[in-house]
Amino acid sequence: MGRVFKIAARNLLRYRRRTLLTTMLITIGVVAMLLFVSASGSFKAMMVGQITDSMLGHLQIHKKGYVSSIDSLPLTMNMKGDVARKIEDTLDKRDNVEAWSPRIKLGAMFSNYAETTSIRINGVDPEREVATCPDLRDRIIAGETEPLVERGKILIPELIAKGLKVEPGAAVVLVATNKDGSVNGINFVVQGVLEGISGPGGRDGYMHIDDARELLRMEDKEISEIVVRLKDPKKLEQALADFEATLSSLTNQEGKPILEIHGWEKLSPFAAIAKMIDLMTLFIKIMLVSIVLISVMNVMIMAVYERIREIGTIAAMGTQPGSILQLFIAEGLLLGLLGAAIGTLLSVLIIQVLQKAELTFSFGRQTGLVLYPVVQPADVILASVMVVVVAVLASLQPAWKASRMDPIDALRHV
Amino acid sequence: MRCADGSKATRFWNLKVTDRLTHGRRMMSLVSAQSVNKVYRNGEVEVAAVKSADFEIEPGSFVSFVGPSGSGKSTLLNLIGCLDRPTSGDLRVVDTDVAALDRKTAAAFRAQHIGFIFQDFNLIPVLTAAENVEYPLLMVQNWPVARRRKRVGEMLEAVDIMAQADKYPDQLSGGQKQRVAVARALATRAKLILADEPTANLDHTTAYRIIDLMKRMRDEFGSTFIFSTHDPKIMEAAEMIFTLEDGKVGPAERSESHG
Repeated sequence: MGRVFKIAARNLLRYRRRTLLTTMLITIGVVAMLLFVSASGSFKAMMVGQITDSMLGHLQIHKKGYVSSIDSLPLTMNMKGDVARKIEDTLDKRDNVEAWSPRIKLGAMFSNYAETTSIRINGVDPEREVATCPDLRDRIIAGETEPLVERGKILIPELIAKGLKVEPGAAVVLVATNKDGSVNGINFVVQGVLEGISGPGGRDGYMHIDDARELLRMEDKEISEIVVRLKDPKKLEQALADFEATLSSLTNQEGKPILEIHGWEKLSPFAAIAKMIDLMTLFIKIMLVSIVLISVMNVMIMAVYERIREIGTIAAMGTQPGSILQLFIAEGLLLGLLGAAIGTLLSVLIIQVLQKAELTFSFGRQTGLVLYPVVQPADVILASVMVVVVAVLASLQPAWKASRMDPIDALRHV
Repeated sequence: MRCADGSKATRFWNLKVTDRLTHGRRMMSLVSAQSVNKVYRNGEVEVAAVKSADFEIEPGSFVSFVGPSGSGKSTLLNLIGCLDRPTSGDLRVVDTDVAALDRKTAAAFRAQHIGFIFQDFNLIPVLTAAENVEYPLLMVQNWPVARRRKRVGEMLEAVDIMAQADKYPDQLSGGQKQRVAVARALATRAKLILADEPTANLDHTTAYRIIDLMKRMRDEFGSTFIFSTHDPKIMEAAEMIFTLEDGKVGPAERSESHG
């Protein structure tokens, strides 16, 4: 086989400029794909990480119907204490669960005694919440971070802190409507200010779950949702199916399941953006395939046309059609390998430069996000394999034509 | 690969030497043509390129087909070289019915028994002189490297082109290119070497040297050389001459210079 590649390589060198142009085209395609995939992939991973690790967790369990009316944070759709305990027992037994955290979600009026605004609050168990959303603490931009939130204290979103000019240590009052329609108010001290991020819950405040129960005058240990962190986020679909099968045993009197389980993708609008990024990545891959297909096929058609007499000569000498086929496919393969290798090398260099440049960008209300593209080995392998396979496919037709050529016609060719 | 009678086509050359002698009593000719016709269809018109050709060529001969352009020399050489099949008649080369060969078996047959020398040399431009000679041994017959190198060295020495072994075709003169082509044709020790106008692109002095070289190679390796030419002086170098006119092959003539 080495002899075939030796001749193929020399034939490529024979038409240096053409080989260079084709290799450049393939290189540009590979660079475009790897840069886009690394930048968009890193952005996606960062946003998904931010959403899941500081807000939503990987999946959430609610009472059936809660999510569709989540904007009004209905207390009447909370899960009862006994149901919550059953879910918690189930989660404790699952190997794929790293942590879980119960939450009470509520809407309240927030006042600094001078001004009043509405606020959405998550009542959380600090230790469980930190274990489930480990990046939540990193969002505290002012005030104390340890523990996450103390009894009698509250973490408020940045927007309210700025709007009402409230700083950590300030006394505030929260007034909330209870389940029975009565109203209750409690004084709190601002423990810290949370950085706002894109997506649902990105501008919520946090308080201790027992404070939330006191504010809402809950006697039962009911909760609005349980947030789950998986050991392997890539197995989200598998986990969803697993939980749905297990928790479907919890039914109402009519025998219908009382719970609903959602992955973060169903809860965050960013999932649509992530899907758009995937679609664009696919589009870029199709472009790469087209570039390689057209350029290699063009070069190989030219190569066959220009070497018809040569083909006739080696065919006359007794070279089998299969060997002639191999000679031309090897040229396409080498072009693909060369383009993939140079493209990958160039991409890695550019990505390293971008990493050092630490370019910033804005997304929604978030500013100063650092673009940190990372190229994954799987992406490099995929791009290289795609290029090489397509290059071989592109050279198949011209190679086949060459191998089927009649030696007499080929030798007569001028 | 089988003959018309169903026997193995290459049987003669697969026999032991003693058996070949016995066999040889039955089969003396290397090339045997009986009523061979080749008709081409050019659109609506049928062109008879070779008409009722009858001839025999013995092993070790130095034969020339002569005739003007369009007389059917190249067509006849293509038929003998198993690059084409006769429309009718019986053409046997190395005891093989040429008409019975399909594309693949014809290629294998050519690789084993036939060497070609072309008017335009047809060396592979990306290979050096030595690599061109090596090509049929490597790409066609897949010889081991040591045996291949030895044979290439022998052939380059034989055609006196060793000094140009590492040069590429575009660095060689016409005569040197044709010497390389002769070495390439003989590298596999082909029994039959076909040369279509091998001197047409050479000056007279070089042309005679190439013909002399071909004859010397015939003497040294025992191969049969069949070449076409329309040059009377080159033609005289042949020991046996067949004249073609309008596709008809005349009777064999012994060259005067060879008695």
